[in-house]
Amino acid sequence: LWWAHSPPARLPRPPPAAAESCPVGPCGRRAYAPPAERKRFYQNVSISQGEGGFEINLDHRKLKTPQAKLFTVPSEALAIAVATEWDSQKDTIKFYTMHLTTLCNTALDNPTQRNKTQLIRAAVKFLETDTVCYRVEEPPALAELQKNEWDPVVEWVEKRYNVTIGSSTSILGPSIPASTKETFVSHLASYNMWALQGIEFVITQLKSLILSMSLIDRHITVEKAVLLSRLEEEYQIRRWGNVEWAHDYDLCELRARTAAGTLFVHLCSESSTVKHKLLQD
Amino acid sequence: MAALGAPLRTLRALLRELRHAAGRSYRDSPAYRHVLAAFRAHRVTSEKLCRAQQELHFQAATYLCLLRSIREHETLHREYHGRGERSPQEVAGLVGFRLPQQPGGKG
Repeated sequence: LWWAHSPPARLPRPPPAAAESCPVGPCGRRAYAPPAERKRFYQNVSISQGEGGFEINLDHRKLKTPQAKLFTVPSEALAIAVATEWDSQKDTIKFYTMHLTTLCNTALDNPTQRNKTQLIRAAVKFLETDTVCYRVEEPPALAELQKNEWDPVVEWVEKRYNVTIGSSTSILGPSIPASTKETFVSHLASYNMWALQGIEFVITQLKSLILSMSLIDRHITVEKAVLLSRLEEEYQIRRWGNVEWAHDYDLCELRARTAAGTLFVHLCSESSTVKHKLLQD
Repeated sequence: MAALGAPLRTLRALLRELRHAAGRSYRDSPAYRHVLAAFRAHRVTSEKLCRAQQELHFQAATYLCLLRSIREHETLHREYHGRGERSPQEVAGLVGFRLPQQPGGKG
């Protein structure tokens, strides 16, 4: 496992003069160079409240979505988090790190043009191919690990929603009764459109409706949900070794996206009230 | 409820992450102030298992996970994937060749 034990060889920095002798395409750039990154063009990021909700201001300009709509979010905490994302960009803007902004843009633009019913249907459909329902038979250590780690979560969800799910070792997966699907459909219908976008995003990242629901219901943390989603991968890593530039890279990305999705759901569906109790003498 | 540990620990880690993200004036950033205000508001409660407090703690832990994993992902990206493409000189140099020098522009 040479790659696991020694760091990869460092590439030397290309000297500036090398640019002239590269294969030059019609636009004058190197053939496979990535597109030039957008530099940070603003000094200050601030939040203001408009009619539709909270808006983000980059210097004096208002932030817009990719489809040129005004960027408005319903929750102040979410607006603050988005503003922090924009503020934490250093010289260049790295859109792939701005998960909350991306989620807000998706909710505002709805590029796939799905309505609430379609979103819910897509989310519940994942139950048929839910990761925690698909068990292996060998190696026995992995089967045991799946039983010990996944069974409690499945049982918790079954108890919480009063449904039957079960698990299966066959290639077709478990047969989910229609009443289970209906329970989830009616539960998800209680969330608003924004929160549903977030839920569907988390399900797509974790590849599991069960893990997503127990995460959104605060039964497990993001780190635990990601660990359970990647259980087989973690087992293989423990067996064969960890490759930092692949395994850790994917792990961090999955954690970031799942955390962003979960936070998005909670910030879009919360209503906080502070009740002041009178002190009794 | 998820096993989260002490709220103070989460708060300190979260503030540290915000410091990394913001830079110089992190204490004036809206996120820093909002997090501190939220934790202060939920500190005093007469109930043992205050649901709002636990919800806040979970949200803080989630946000902490988000900021931390973005920073780690960024570090890994810069270290392993951010180098870009090799130039033709370097590619030739990998196997010990040198590109021919031809007068008139080619090569």
